[in-house]
Amino acid sequence: MVHWSAEEKQLIASVWSKVNVEECGAEALARLLIVYPWTQRFFASFGNLSSPTAILGNPMVRAHGRKVLTSFGEAVKNLDNIKATYSKLSELHCEKLHVDPENFRLLGDILIIVLASHFARDFTPACQFAWQKLVSVVAHALARKYH
Amino acid sequence: MVLSGNDKSNVKGVFSKIGGHAEEYGAETLERMFCTYPQTKTYFPHFDLQHGSAQVKAHGKKVAGALIEAANHIDDIAGALSKLSDLHAQKLRVDPVNFKLLGQCFLVVVAIHHPSVLTPEVHASLDKFLCAVGNVLTAKYR
Repeated sequence: MVHWSAEEKQLIASVWSKVNVEECGAEALARLLIVYPWTQRFFASFGNLSSPTAILGNPMVRAHGRKVLTSFGEAVKNLDNIKATYSKLSELHCEKLHVDPENFRLLGDILIIVLASHFARDFTPACQFAWQKLVSVVAHALARKYH
Repeated sequence: MVLSGNDKSNVKGVFSKIGGHAEEYGAETLERMFCTYPQTKTYFPHFDLQHGSAQVKAHGKKVAGALIEAANHIDDIAGALSKLSDLHAQKLRVDPVNFKLLGQCFLVVVAIHHPSVLTPEVHASLDKFLCAVGNVLTAKYR
């Protein structure tokens, strides 16, 4: 089980309380598809992903980004039980979606950059540490049921 | 992975906007890296790594200087960083995984100080550039 210090929990909760899940989620997913274009392989049904502008404006990308970040919120709410929280989603990503877990790490790194750009100096090194730890734990939990 | 014409001009654009802050950002990048990825501290047992350390500031300046040099010679990063590449292969032998960690922290620092500069396209170009620099620095490892 992951150990979270009181400070880490506080830093995570404090940032999360100010996150616009719809905007941040959309931006994070769009940046993933733009910065690491091979990740588009999972979204062939999303329509026009032909340019950064197309990706940023794509309503399916926005909606899915919001869905992904909303799910991330479950980890924030259940820091002491992230493994169980993502058990079913892990099975889904393996068995139905066939997503290489490396992609969870890539999205986590992108999310950190999106948070940094929104929170600027408030995204202190201690904050970055706590959030980098969180995205790493989430990625690990999502990969846990792979077989 | 190849840097396109657009990538090159995006990267040069970032460094021109960063301007005189590059050294300061180098230090902040290192500080964030040591904080976020404590295993990176193992390469600096001889440093004072506390916040505000003069050694970290000086080293940050060196790191920033190398990135600027690479950006200024973006058509031949391998040539520009050849001596640094030798140094990393023969003496420093920093595990290749750590260049990605440094790169991530540099992106965070740019995002914090210049969020409007780091559009998704520029983010992509800068990420590619940082990868290219890491590749050059580890190219002679074996």
